[in-house]
Amino acid sequence: MDVGSILSILITSLMAMVPIVLTSVGAAWSERAGVVSIGYEGVLLMSAFFGGIMAELTGNAVMGLVGGILTGIVFGILHGVLTVYLKGDHVIPGIGINLLAMGVVPFGILAYWGTAGQHQMAVTMWHWHTKYGDLSPMVFITILIAVVTWWVLFKTPLGLRVRAVGENPEAADALGISVEKYRFWSTVYGHALAGLGGAFMSVDWLGVVQKTMSGGRGFIALANMVFSGWNPLISLIGGWLFGFFDALATWLAPQHIIPGQFIRMLPYIMTLIIVAGIIGKARPPKADGKPYKRE
Amino acid sequence: MKKSGSDILKSINLKALIESLIAIFVGFLIGAIVLLAFGYDPVTTYSALFQGALGSTTGIASTLAYSTPIMLTALTFAISARTGIFNIGAEGSFYFGAIAAVIFTNIWGNMWFGLFMGMVLGALWGLPAAFLKVYRGVHEVISTIMLNWIAWFFVLWLVVGPYANPNDPNKTLRIPPSARLPLIGNTNLSIAFIIAVFAAVLSYYILWHTILGYGMRASGLNPRAAEYGGIKPKQAIIWSFIIGGIMSGLGGAMKIMGEPPTYAISQGMANVYGYGFDGIGVALVGRNHPLGIIFAAIFFGMLRAGTPLMQIEAQVPLEIIKVIQGIIVITVAIPGLYDLIKNAITRREV
Repeated sequence: MDVGSILSILITSLMAMVPIVLTSVGAAWSERAGVVSIGYEGVLLMSAFFGGIMAELTGNAVMGLVGGILTGIVFGILHGVLTVYLKGDHVIPGIGINLLAMGVVPFGILAYWGTAGQHQMAVTMWHWHTKYGDLSPMVFITILIAVVTWWVLFKTPLGLRVRAVGENPEAADALGISVEKYRFWSTVYGHALAGLGGAFMSVDWLGVVQKTMSGGRGFIALANMVFSGWNPLISLIGGWLFGFFDALATWLAPQHIIPGQFIRMLPYIMTLIIVAGIIGKARPPKADGKPYKRE
Repeated sequence: MKKSGSDILKSINLKALIESLIAIFVGFLIGAIVLLAFGYDPVTTYSALFQGALGSTTGIASTLAYSTPIMLTALTFAISARTGIFNIGAEGSFYFGAIAAVIFTNIWGNMWFGLFMGMVLGALWGLPAAFLKVYRGVHEVISTIMLNWIAWFFVLWLVVGPYANPNDPNKTLRIPPSARLPLIGNTNLSIAFIIAVFAAVLSYYILWHTILGYGMRASGLNPRAAEYGGIKPKQAIIWSFIIGGIMSGLGGAMKIMGEPPTYAISQGMANVYGYGFDGIGVALVGRNHPLGIIFAAIFFGMLRAGTPLMQIEAQVPLEIIKVIQGIIVITVAIPGLYDLIKNAITRREV
């Protein structure tokens, strides 16, 4: 392996990091407020699709990213209403959202663009073209979002209130904090970030809309969130590690050293090992995933 | 006889049944709006869908054949859900059941041996997530999803590598004729369907009429209270993964051993992909009750069996049924749906 390949793996890993980090950071905020969602996989996929449509309709890739955020917000509102206001189960809506995405996206690609399974984007984001691969400004925006989210969550009164409703909703309620309001908007914020990550994949990083393009990233992001101890800053590092394994797998695949299938397993095996190794110490927010009903 | 009849009734929640029916209605309604939005005619689409699924013996046989694998993967989810666990790992066990059928029937061309090994590999693939959950506290949703991907790439390697058919390298070796499941009458429906229904009834029996099942359900309702009552929730969880793995492994094996004319895992594993995920929807619509699952699976099977005619007559992409299924599951997730609707109706009358 020469310096060139190392540099190109590093640059690819920065791009691969973006959707995972954005989703992890969003999920960490949402779970800090006490709302679990496993629908991020579906949100990534659907925002890649709707973000792609938005980019082509407006002829502007940035608007595509906005379209992704809007898609995320719609599903955040749906999940928030079901879990926060109607006090429903936190896992089942996500299963529904993921199933819906597996239908909407292949159906939509065929019904909207008339191609089966895949569409090459006509509009994509501006990139720095380096000798070792493309780099998107979104990489830096993602780092900024992770840092700012961490800062707000741990260093401001707003963040304290968010963590309070996830840790001890009864006490927060007694102090006059609206548990439902904070939980609902936290859910929306979490899904909006995942929406941005999904649109990044189609209008920025890969330049295609594909019916399988989320590739388990929504779940890897949840694993990364657990690994980070629900901390956006550590999610950034963890997300880069997963991005690195993703990039390494892509780089190793054509080298035929070991069968491609085993290389492709690598990120998933690493996720399992890391989560299994670390989780003894990790502690979720106390009221995570528990509906809050006033006595 | 009479006593067991009322036992079954007691285990069924009428409200839940009505909620599932409402959800199905909402699914079709929103599906119709989506169809209209993309310029398709919902009436033509739905009538072709039902015509294709129920309008002929072939259609009905196809409906029941499609319902078979998802009935079993739904049982995987439901058995765990009753134990308080979200096991999304049916998909992985299904792949292993399918490849086990290919591997072992080519060693000994016996149907029962193939089914048995499918169940064994399916159960074994359920264990890592069970142990990670019980001993390391890893959330089962994350571990089972990761294990599904690992299973996918591992079985794919077996499919294109060691067990590829030398005469048709895109597919695996075929199930030898001596190990294929017998077909019913003159149809393409094999006895796999009957075995799946039997598995559902057996699951009901285990959950509601055995000590093991009692322990599983008690752990699902309240693990601490169950432990206080002398039940070991950890053991119940491990058993739920094992029984669940057996169901999906059986489903995968029967998918390959009981489906003419292929009798092999096809290119890109297309004929074994997605059944685990569909099963989750079936389980939720069947309200995690094995008997509800039989009917929910037949309903989902009907949707799938109707798609060929729907594509021909209405030119609608077959994925529309996934859209409908997704909406049904989201609607089922609305808590107190029955009461919401009932209140809305009575308010209007007043």
